[in-house]
Amino acid sequence: MQRFEFPRFEFVGRFARNRGALVGACLILVVALMAIFASVFFPTDPLRIVGLPELWPGEDPEFPLGTDSLGRDILSMIVHGARATLLIGLFASAVATIIGVGVGAIAGYFGGWVDEVSMRAAELFQTIPNLIFVLTIVVILGSTLTNIVIAIGIVSWTPIARMTRAEFLSLRDREFVQACRSMGMSDFRIIVSEILPNALPPVIVLSSLVVAGAILFESAVSFLGLGDPNVASWGRLVGDGRQLIRSSWYICAIPGIAIMITVLCLNLVGDGLNDALNPKLRDR
Amino acid sequence: MSLLSLRDVRVQFNTAGGVVRAVNGVSLDLAVGETLGLVGESGCGKSTLGKAIMKLVPVAGGEIVVEGVDIAPLNREQLTEMRRKVQMIFQDPYGSLNPRSTVGRSVAQPLVLAGWKADATAERVETLLRWVGLPSDAKQRYPHEFSGGQRQRIGIARALALSPKLIICDEPVSALDVSVRAQVINLLEDLKSQFGVSYLFISHDLSVVEHIADRVAVMYLGMLFEIGGRDQIWKSPQHPYTKALLAAAPIANPKLARARQRTVLQGELPSPLNPPPGCPFNSRCPMAQDRCRVEKPVLRPVSNGAQAACHFV
Repeated sequence: MQRFEFPRFEFVGRFARNRGALVGACLILVVALMAIFASVFFPTDPLRIVGLPELWPGEDPEFPLGTDSLGRDILSMIVHGARATLLIGLFASAVATIIGVGVGAIAGYFGGWVDEVSMRAAELFQTIPNLIFVLTIVVILGSTLTNIVIAIGIVSWTPIARMTRAEFLSLRDREFVQACRSMGMSDFRIIVSEILPNALPPVIVLSSLVVAGAILFESAVSFLGLGDPNVASWGRLVGDGRQLIRSSWYICAIPGIAIMITVLCLNLVGDGLNDALNPKLRDR
Repeated sequence: MSLLSLRDVRVQFNTAGGVVRAVNGVSLDLAVGETLGLVGESGCGKSTLGKAIMKLVPVAGGEIVVEGVDIAPLNREQLTEMRRKVQMIFQDPYGSLNPRSTVGRSVAQPLVLAGWKADATAERVETLLRWVGLPSDAKQRYPHEFSGGQRQRIGIARALALSPKLIICDEPVSALDVSVRAQVINLLEDLKSQFGVSYLFISHDLSVVEHIADRVAVMYLGMLFEIGGRDQIWKSPQHPYTKALLAAAPIANPKLARARQRTVLQGELPSPLNPPPGCPFNSRCPMAQDRCRVEKPVLRPVSNGAQAACHFV
């Protein structure tokens, strides 16, 4: 029988036992610090032309990662872009988690026709190819940062809803919930204060993976030129460099590598969270 | 006026295989200060009956009357009032406490819902934990730090919080080691003599029921077969099912065990989806005759002073 025995201090130890997750968490921390202190390292606007165009990395020590086709500092753009990219990832994941947990909790707790309707709605969302759905929403609503975040949230909530629903289904008939019901506790209160804290661990893991997915979505949207034109996200840098991919491929490759490392690290962190929060699955 | 009185209570579940009549017309009364033991095999509907009284399962028919008030038509607020009088202790001490709530929070829950102030609640929680014999630092700790017996006592403290008149004990010691059963049983008895609570004590463990109950009700496939004083039932059971049930209980003294006459039941409990017509016990009853396959028996007074539902006693 699983008994949810994990005091808080053990959590860190269990997370750190997964070496990959530890490395991932450290790199994410570096990216996050980069994002927070971007204006300290590079106080000038990253989109300003500061040097000769198409300088290769290492060619000019002033621009360690080179310059793009217009002569903008790639390192500065990467550091500033980290902010946009991470924020989009976090907010999109937050939107997806709020929708997913809300729908999943109600469907799983009440069951019956509520469950049927919300799960059919979730299936409807799942049948539409995600990227096309995101692009459609962004094209209709307009290419602003908020709209991109909302669009990614709208396509990413379904797995979270299913996970939450499954957890609620297994918890709603447990005796401690029956005890609350027999005291006359309201359904809302049972959902929020009794079941949700027990249902959250696997949902948190999934949310951390949605952050990675959201970064990829945003990159794809920006690469296709539908990103917010006022924000230098990594995806947009890749997109900007694509005309020169034959001659100066580094312009695409450097932000591409940044995306790859960040997404990989987020997945590793998700893995580590899974180990730490769901110890019963650890030896799978 | 009896504290709890059930009149023809029925609970049914619609399943894919058909309608399960888990409780099929049960009537009984429970007096103030009395412990009524409710015994029967697994799946006979005894826990469902307990949950029906707590309104945890929908009641399909009949009346559940608490202190003269039928609880079926009550609105939310009136129901909350009723719930102060009736509380429940659950079977699984691992499942009945929220693993993410401290013990203090779990025990305080009924008080918070009843609108108690924070300082009064804290004081009451201390008192409750003391009554059930737990250290007062227990309230900051989590359920997994306690043993099964301690957890069950936490559940008892929670049930006692609002000084209920009736506590429904749904197999409260079945999940516990034999060594801690006695502790919990003694605690329940102490609390009874101290506060005058009544218990509806649901159990399949006959020795525990014999020890704690004043009166005993025997259930089979959703029906009451026999109800009466503990000694009446134990010394001279009338219903053939009660006889078989008591004969199946182990006796510690081997001489007595060899001396007794045993009726051993054949076969399994029939599926509640498709109970036999007439008396539900007819498929396994050693006394069954044609009448039993047609006519359903009703409870009526029998020679030992108890009531039994059988055509031939």
